[in-house]
Amino acid sequence: MYSETTIVTPDALQQPLQEGQLVINVGPQHPATHGVLHLVITLEGETIIKIEPHLGYIHRSIEKMSESLTYRQFIYVTSRMDYLSAHINNLACAMCVEKGMQLEVPDRAQVIRIIMSELTRIASHELWIGAMAMDLGAFTPFFYTFRERETINDIMEQTCGARLTMNYMVPGGVMYDLHPEFVARVKSFVVQFKSKVSELEDLVTDNIIFRNRTVGVGVLSKADAISYGCTGPVARASGVDGDIRKRFPYSGYEKLQFEQCLEFAGDSFARYIVRIREMYQSIHIIEQLIDAIPNGDFQAKTKAVIKLPKGEFYTRVETARGELGVYIVSEGGTTPYRIKYRSPGFSNLSALNHMAKGSKIGDLMATMGTLDLVIPDIDR
Amino acid sequence: MDTEVLKTYFSALEPLATFEEGGEWLMVQVPAENWKNIARKVITERNYDFLFCVTCVDFKTHLTMVYHLRGMQTDETVVVKIQLNRDQPEVATVSDIWRTAEFHEREAYEMFGVQFTSHPDLRKLILPDDFEGFPMRKDFEDPINMIKL
Repeated sequence: MYSETTIVTPDALQQPLQEGQLVINVGPQHPATHGVLHLVITLEGETIIKIEPHLGYIHRSIEKMSESLTYRQFIYVTSRMDYLSAHINNLACAMCVEKGMQLEVPDRAQVIRIIMSELTRIASHELWIGAMAMDLGAFTPFFYTFRERETINDIMEQTCGARLTMNYMVPGGVMYDLHPEFVARVKSFVVQFKSKVSELEDLVTDNIIFRNRTVGVGVLSKADAISYGCTGPVARASGVDGDIRKRFPYSGYEKLQFEQCLEFAGDSFARYIVRIREMYQSIHIIEQLIDAIPNGDFQAKTKAVIKLPKGEFYTRVETARGELGVYIVSEGGTTPYRIKYRSPGFSNLSALNHMAKGSKIGDLMATMGTLDLVIPDIDR
Repeated sequence: MDTEVLKTYFSALEPLATFEEGGEWLMVQVPAENWKNIARKVITERNYDFLFCVTCVDFKTHLTMVYHLRGMQTDETVVVKIQLNRDQPEVATVSDIWRTAEFHEREAYEMFGVQFTSHPDLRKLILPDDFEGFPMRKDFEDPINMIKL
């Protein structure tokens, strides 16, 4: 069971602050929140008593919007949720529609989907390391990580036509075939990544300042991680073996060899190490597939207008941040009756108060940074 | 996972429970007033420690709360549904059993107007404090922003 924390009751909120307490606002326009997150922090001296997130500054009600879009259209709105794993969000929606239609996806499309997902994951983790190191005061890693990320974005641009919101998925496969240069460029990226990521590790991993600021900071126990619904690298750093790619394989992950990166310390440094190791695993997955892309169709034949049978469908994928679930309630029409996106960032954020309570305000940036919050994903 | 075993378990726990099959997982419908007791029992007896999706669906005649539960050890998954009266939706909170429910219930509260009794901090989370109406309900209309389904 989870550990006990005191719960703030509505009565306590009405009470005036006790002597020596101070309320400060971080955000909504704060450089370290990477978006419009608003945290109301109650301090006693430098110690955090309570953190209260205020959300909604970028709420677009994507769930309501999806209710009036057809099953072909709603996929592309989800690129704007977690824009750093736009591709994997689209995959979750496409898979949910395919599950309702009971559609077989061609092998070639499955392999392309995995390669693209893993490239997206690397790009997302690269950006995270750069941005998080900058929050902690190290400016140089940002340039190192963006060098590799640019290569991935260029590869994406060539095949999908866009660099960030790729919109490459359709129900039944992918939208276009691969660019003729795709295989060669991905191979050269793999070589580049392997030789350059060690430079990044030299800069960050064994840096004594970085270690002092992250080791033992923002500890989350395994039971708490499960109770707060944390997923992805945040949960795996606490020893929760919940990688969807391993536990509930989809899209052909069951045929691949890779390991689930687990750490058991549960602190900010463990979350950093999990993401570094995940990038190596993603490269390992790409290496297994890049020479073995099957020939054939990249898209299954579907009708122009898609109708799902009456019922409920739930699919989940592992995005760079954790488990993204898409829950569709269908009444048999051409648009979903209700859609719920179970976004990983929303649950991960709910653990922030528990993790940061009792620590110093200076450590908050390390704790919050390693949660890898993307605000549009939380607000939806 | 054997659905028959689960069915007998839930029937013994709650005589009024009804079942729905055909989906990926077994769906159990339970009365709102017994939900808290059932929740307390399933987390210890069947080890459903991971509440991975909490949401509400507006069926125009009634609201339905949907809880997706999973055991991290066993991967056994069950979907619990609770029908609520649309005019006065009220159900007990489970945020003291699964901590993740605290934020999800606040979202259901502001979007659908579901009242969670004895919730520790039931305030609006995403919408502004002075917002009126429940935007995710099917009959919500906002003439200024031209929102209508």
